[in-house]
Amino acid sequence: WRLWRCRCRALLSRPAGRLWARRGLAAGPEMHFGFQTVTEEERREKIYQVFESVAKKYDVMNDSMTLGIHRVWKDILMHKMNPSPGTLLLDVAGGTGDIAFRFINYVRSARERQLQRKLKHHQNLSWQEIFESYQKDKFNSLGDSQVVVCDINREMLKVGKQKAQHLGYSEGLSWVLGNAEELPFDSDKFDVYTIAFGIRNVTRVDLALQEAYRVLKPGGRFLCLEFSHVSNPLLSRLYDLYSFQVIPVLGEVIAGDWKSYQYLVESIRRFPPQEDLKAMIEDAGFFKVDYENLNFGIVAIHSGFKL
Amino acid sequence: GRARPSHSEPRGRDGRGGEEEEEGWHQLYPGHIPTSQLQKALLAAGSAVMALYDPYRHDMVAVLGETTGCLALPNLRDKMKNHPEGYHILQERPLIRLSTLDMARLQGLPDGSLGREYVRFLEDNKVSPDTRMPPKFVDDEELAYVIQRYREVHDLMHTLLGMPTNMLGEVVVKWFEAVQTGLPMCVLGAAFGPVRLSTRKLQVLATELVPWAIRCGLNASCVLNVYYEQRWEQPVESLREELGIFPPP
Repeated sequence: WRLWRCRCRALLSRPAGRLWARRGLAAGPEMHFGFQTVTEEERREKIYQVFESVAKKYDVMNDSMTLGIHRVWKDILMHKMNPSPGTLLLDVAGGTGDIAFRFINYVRSARERQLQRKLKHHQNLSWQEIFESYQKDKFNSLGDSQVVVCDINREMLKVGKQKAQHLGYSEGLSWVLGNAEELPFDSDKFDVYTIAFGIRNVTRVDLALQEAYRVLKPGGRFLCLEFSHVSNPLLSRLYDLYSFQVIPVLGEVIAGDWKSYQYLVESIRRFPPQEDLKAMIEDAGFFKVDYENLNFGIVAIHSGFKL
Repeated sequence: GRARPSHSEPRGRDGRGGEEEEEGWHQLYPGHIPTSQLQKALLAAGSAVMALYDPYRHDMVAVLGETTGCLALPNLRDKMKNHPEGYHILQERPLIRLSTLDMARLQGLPDGSLGREYVRFLEDNKVSPDTRMPPKFVDDEELAYVIQRYREVHDLMHTLLGMPTNMLGEVVVKWFEAVQTGLPMCVLGAAFGPVRLSTRKLQVLATELVPWAIRCGLNASCVLNVYYEQRWEQPVESLREELGIFPPP
């Protein structure tokens, strides 16, 4: 056993102990960018460059790295949200549109069910009247639901818009360039605020949470889908092995970009764990804050309400 | 020097001095990404598959060369060390770049000279010496230079062998390089490259070009031991004779 462990160590060569010990955000003007220490401004710039460079291969890489499981995570987020037609959603760091498209699909089918139920109740109407009411509703297939996709990175938005065009999404969708720490929206506007795999890249998470609180209507819901911490020790080691050994290689082979994916796995390790994030969300003023672990904590969905 | 393999920390696009200090000693040369054995193995496998799947991914061919060259590169370096001209090259570390080449002077040289023919080759095939990828995964900075020299000299190989940069020409050059350098990447490229050629071309390849390339490769002295930058005026024919490369069929 010891021999095997020594060989494994030689094969894998973990980095210096003190680097691993640094957890959470560094105090003062110094911040973390993966395992490096940088200033706030440098961090924003570096992260912008990372996403500028990965934008075109973002979706392909997501599928390869998570073996397609990221789709399930996003589906679960949507089911948890359970939006009804007429919901106004703000998807921050929504870049390539994954959450937005799922939202549209969800409300569209919810709307169809709604219309079908309505028709059933009107079975005593004449054919003419049924046809007229159907026509009226047909042009409102989303039931006035809308999603605003906000992202700080032009390249990601560009890819998102192209995807929307390619997949045929046009109605109820808006694309806005904006910073999660300083949203270009009025207060008390949105029913739901989501940020999927984006909050990790925000430089001042506290500001982003405050902004989320501000733009939500009273009664609005905050939902955050993000990589989190695995407490199970065996699983944690396997996860680390996969993250550090395989993911940068995938980045190099598929996207020709080792460094961005090295940053990605390091940023996951640096991000606060479930309880810490929960406390931060509560600090921003949200109530009934809770989280749900997916896949043993590899991913977690945090939820809170503005009352 | 040798690197201690480790998880590499990301560097900013413009390597900032301050924070490089901490990770600096892992990085042996600009662009170096230290990797563990497992990562190298995965990279070798992944890049081989990707290079076959998408032949335009030249970066994958480069990565394959770096991750599989652990035996061949020291061999090449030793060959260079033991040869006076090769030793000279290792000391001075010349780089073939548009910025270091005097294109105007080379164009002015007489026809048939190495410089003139090299420039003609670059123009005819619309390639530039600046498109070569710098090494990333070689954990020894001298070996990193050796592989970089090999990449930069590749175009000169084309000139000496008289082969164009189409698939057929590239395969022929790969066969020559495989025999000369022993780099597994060249061997794989030589073996799998022909997969995408038509039968007619395959025939020409098998019957004439490959045997000729192998004969040249075996007969010629090490091509990395030639200080090309000092021989631009030398006629290509004379250089071929000196090296032991037979005239192309």
